[in-house]
Amino acid sequence: MWMALSYACWGISVVLALWMLYDWFKIDTTYSEEMLTSSREGELEAVSEKHRV
Amino acid sequence: MAVAAETIITAIHGDRVSLLRVLGPAHVWALGVGIVLVGEFTGWNFSADKGGALAALIVCWVVGLLYTSVAMIDSEVTSTVAAAGGQYAQAKHIVGPLMAFNVALFLVFAYTMLEVSDAILLGDTIVAKAGVEGLTHNSFIAATIVVLAWLNYRGVLMTLNVNFVITAIAYVSIVILFFSVSPWTQGAVLKLNELVTPGNALPYGWIGVIAAFQFGIWYYLGIEGTTQAAEEVRSPARSLPYGTMAGMITLLIAAAMTWYVCASLMPWEYLGITYYPLWDAGKLTGSPLLENLLFIATLLAALASANGCINDAARAWFSLGRDRYLPTWFSAVHPKYRTPYRSILFLLPIALAFAFIADLNQAITFSILSGVLQYTFMSINIMMFRKKWPLGTIRRGYTHPFHPLPAIVLFCLCVVTFFAIFLGFGSQLIAMTIFYFLISLWFHFYRYRYVRRGDQFTMPWPKPQGY
Repeated sequence: MWMALSYACWGISVVLALWMLYDWFKIDTTYSEEMLTSSREGELEAVSEKHRV
Repeated sequence: MAVAAETIITAIHGDRVSLLRVLGPAHVWALGVGIVLVGEFTGWNFSADKGGALAALIVCWVVGLLYTSVAMIDSEVTSTVAAAGGQYAQAKHIVGPLMAFNVALFLVFAYTMLEVSDAILLGDTIVAKAGVEGLTHNSFIAATIVVLAWLNYRGVLMTLNVNFVITAIAYVSIVILFFSVSPWTQGAVLKLNELVTPGNALPYGWIGVIAAFQFGIWYYLGIEGTTQAAEEVRSPARSLPYGTMAGMITLLIAAAMTWYVCASLMPWEYLGITYYPLWDAGKLTGSPLLENLLFIATLLAALASANGCINDAARAWFSLGRDRYLPTWFSAVHPKYRTPYRSILFLLPIALAFAFIADLNQAITFSILSGVLQYTFMSINIMMFRKKWPLGTIRRGYTHPFHPLPAIVLFCLCVVTFFAIFLGFGSQLIAMTIFYFLISLWFHFYRYRYVRRGDQFTMPWPKPQGY
């Protein structure tokens, strides 16, 4: 049973790793680099909080 | 509700893709306690080897004081600097870019090495339970790291929901063990007065207590990781202090129960060398139910810790890319899952490589060293924060009491811990110091030219006092 579990772990690892690589390729070819890297630190705070004391 | 929340956030940001604000205080608790709780299942007990069972208890409380200071200081600063990267973003705004770069590396090293240690522990625990010849831990290590990376890739909400459930189960197992051994009576199951006597309580004297600090860190290592969720919690000013302080209280209780049960069931000579103190305690009760419960809890605690570490290391790496301290390529956010997917994927093979080639002790030591470097920074950081922006000048979600006492206590205890690490792993301490010095030179003389200096300071704060 333990050996079967060990093989199953290898199988799951390979399948999920391949899925992530596929999704990574799909996203990078679908969206522009500017959009993917458009996150800015503290943006929400600038909108919602004015830091008035 | 989830769709509505997503629509609002997208509306604010227009075409921009940002991390998703979906977390609450329970997720912050799950992140912090999830990372740390594995330390009760293995790690803390090596302090008994350094100084005896009583030394393990003394460091439990003294290091608890260190981490209470960490939690209080962190809660105040993070409730104000609510950004992914946690202590990195704090350092950037309060100390400066070079310190921030170093702090981010401390974070990535501490969490990645802890993730590696967790995966090795999980693999070794399964192999020990199976007792099958030819079975190695490699497949279990690979599955742990890849499955958890996939979970993190798919979204922070599910990741920390899972962490909440498995951390709670592991925690409850400690409570069940504690009440199953009749802790109110000695002699029936527990034999503390026979195992810890005036003759063997401190076998190496007070120097043993100092040496025990190195592994006493494991009772609470990683609670500061809650701050990495700052950009993904709905209300950072409320959720982060609440989740972090609740997590610290939870851990202090778990640490005390763990020491009491283990020191009352095992002689310090064995307690100090076993890799599975709580699982062994379950075995020693003679109950198969408790033995299996503690076996499963050990696995769940390791999983929860590795899961939180992947989350935190990826956010720190992502933040470095966003500020151009590293190539901006790393700052990509997945447009559907809203996670820093490239950072998660980049750190995945690194963790796998270390897990397959490094030994558990080395990985743990690198994690502890990076953690203590970070705590030392935090004690200096809070002094500068209070000096540059005194109370009343900016809004704080939480104000920690007795300043500057917690910062002084934290700094002194960090110095003691460095000395303890030097006693046990002096060469690694020197090697890491040289590494951080060289990487700082690289950042200062080469990489910083690519940083857009005005863009990196994002908090809408008034000018600091004296500037």
